[in-house]
Amino acid sequence: MNTATPGLVAPPRVPGDLAMWFFILAELAVFGIFFAVYGVARQRDAALFAAGQAQLLLWPALLNTLLLIAGSAMVAAAVRAFAANLVASGRRYLLATLLLGGGFVAIKGWEFATKFGAGITLSSSDFWMFYLSLTFFHFLHVILGLVIVAAVYVHARRGAYDAANHDGVETAAAYWHMVDLVWVVLFALVYVAR
Amino acid sequence: MTSSAMATARAASVSAAANDPLTNVQLKYRSQAVAKPYFVAAIGLFVGQILFGLIMGLQYVIGDFLFPEIPFNVARMVHTNLLIVWLLFGFMGAGYFLIPEESERELHSPKLAIITFWVFLVAGALTIVGYLAVPYATLAKITGNDLLPTMGREFLEQPTITKIGIVLVALSFLFNLSMTVLKGRKTSISMVMMLGLWGLAIFFLFSFYNPDNLVLDKYFWWWVVHLWVEGVWELIMGAMLAFVLVKVTGIDREIIEKWLYVIIAMTLISGIIGTGHHYFWIGAPAYWQVWGSVFSALEPIPFFMMTLFAFNVVNKRRREHPNKAAVLWALGTGVMAFLGAGVWGFLHTLAPVNYLTHGTQITASHGHMAFYGAYAMVVMTMISYTMPLMRGREANSNAAQVVEMWSFWLMTVAMVFITLFLTAAGILQVWMQRMGDTPLSFMATQDKIAFFYWLRELSGVVFFIGLLLYIVSFFIRGNERASA
Repeated sequence: MNTATPGLVAPPRVPGDLAMWFFILAELAVFGIFFAVYGVARQRDAALFAAGQAQLLLWPALLNTLLLIAGSAMVAAAVRAFAANLVASGRRYLLATLLLGGGFVAIKGWEFATKFGAGITLSSSDFWMFYLSLTFFHFLHVILGLVIVAAVYVHARRGAYDAANHDGVETAAAYWHMVDLVWVVLFALVYVAR
Repeated sequence: MTSSAMATARAASVSAAANDPLTNVQLKYRSQAVAKPYFVAAIGLFVGQILFGLIMGLQYVIGDFLFPEIPFNVARMVHTNLLIVWLLFGFMGAGYFLIPEESERELHSPKLAIITFWVFLVAGALTIVGYLAVPYATLAKITGNDLLPTMGREFLEQPTITKIGIVLVALSFLFNLSMTVLKGRKTSISMVMMLGLWGLAIFFLFSFYNPDNLVLDKYFWWWVVHLWVEGVWELIMGAMLAFVLVKVTGIDREIIEKWLYVIIAMTLISGIIGTGHHYFWIGAPAYWQVWGSVFSALEPIPFFMMTLFAFNVVNKRRREHPNKAAVLWALGTGVMAFLGAGVWGFLHTLAPVNYLTHGTQITASHGHMAFYGAYAMVVMTMISYTMPLMRGREANSNAAQVVEMWSFWLMTVAMVFITLFLTAAGILQVWMQRMGDTPLSFMATQDKIAFFYWLRELSGVVFFIGLLLYIVSFFIRGNERASA
């Protein structure tokens, strides 16, 4: 600890609510184990996984990646805006996050519909089991992330946040970044790495 | 000493006792005292459970011991059912004590709590007598199982009429507590406790559905068993532990509540889909092998957090509570629950491992340490903290606490050895019966691992001695009061 310059070094602090960080760590652990199991299964039956991956469309997944990253940028901008007491633009950034996330849900929903339409289920093959489990589990997290950001947006509209107090925005942003981070790994593992 | 001197000494000690806050403590709410008969019954049934455990442990090595009076399957049923019933008595006692204190008001109806107690005790006792007195099939016939068949499933063997009784008891209990909470202060400890207790009652309802399809039957069975012990019971446990820790450490509620929330979230995230680790071989779709493995692999986390939680707040305590035994039980619960439920559960939760270990002594080793470490110990933590209060003192005398702590160590160490011997038996069993080129039959394997069953039985006797000492500790007065 630096005692020579008291007051200059801020005490270590995590943005947002500490409980959210525990939650995020737990979520990352679940996805981490899931990804590891996916890796092992893929190695054991490379041909099956390659055949399955060949049937996945890259462009909607790429578009979704961009949407989530843009959403992350917007929610980060919202935190900065509230920190600078620019509450009106903070609200607009939150709304932008919601719209971008909504775009992800729409595209992903369409992708699920085409897969279900093609008769693909959890029991179709090991690849489709992992594909559906991982993407659907993540999909639920996007929806939860949207619910959290929406709740913060509603609070923000009531004027709940300002430069002195925007813990809620930071908490929501931390969760959204986790959802984004997991997707980037998922995108690379399931869609890109062939 | 002359008789007059003795009388003076007695008078002096009486007046000292009257002025001593440690020996003249009043309950915050008089109605909390209804917890006492529940705890007494819990301990009594616990003794019964261990006696039947010892009988069964001996039957492992002397096959016809007490046959035909007490067949193995009956002893097993009594052993497991008594466990569940005494834990339920413990949870109820804990609820009746904890909820008024958290809600800062008297219990809605102490009279109803006492009536419920007697109904539950008589129904429980009659059921056990039924198990022992008549063959199970006859019991099913007498109790009208044909009308609504619910009997015959492990842990849920109770006659339908007993099950209905349990529901009525649970409803009366929940009504009483919910009314108390609704009218009083709401804290996160009481909310988590109520969530757990309501969940316990609601999931028990699955035991009334007994489909012919065996796969469906197993689903519904696990929705009682798993969602109890790896779901809502963990909430009850977390609430009870948090309650005692708030009291004995004087740590801010806010800190303890934050821990509690995170533990609860982790329990539910890992535990609900973690049910899938029971679906591996029951005829459920194959994806459950992945889902069950992944999610249940995380189930040790909430238990580990409970250990961290207990040690953390005890280390940072703001007061020295005179009830050292209760603190020991609380810390012990954290450690043993993590080892028994967390580590020993993880040992065989992954599908490729479970493929070999399913239904072996590995399962039994996990079951023993998990139930003792998580649920038996948390109930004893609660009893240890509340019983002195209900008997008019903040803590027992030093002498009584020393005996209680001895019983803690005897039971806990004995349970560690029971677990280790069963684990050794289980590993050998898997190796000889399921992994070799020339696998042995089940019974031939059992003969070869008999040595470990003897050691387990020996540890069981030590456990029983510990339990007797535990009971003795309630009757030790001791002159010297425990120092704060």
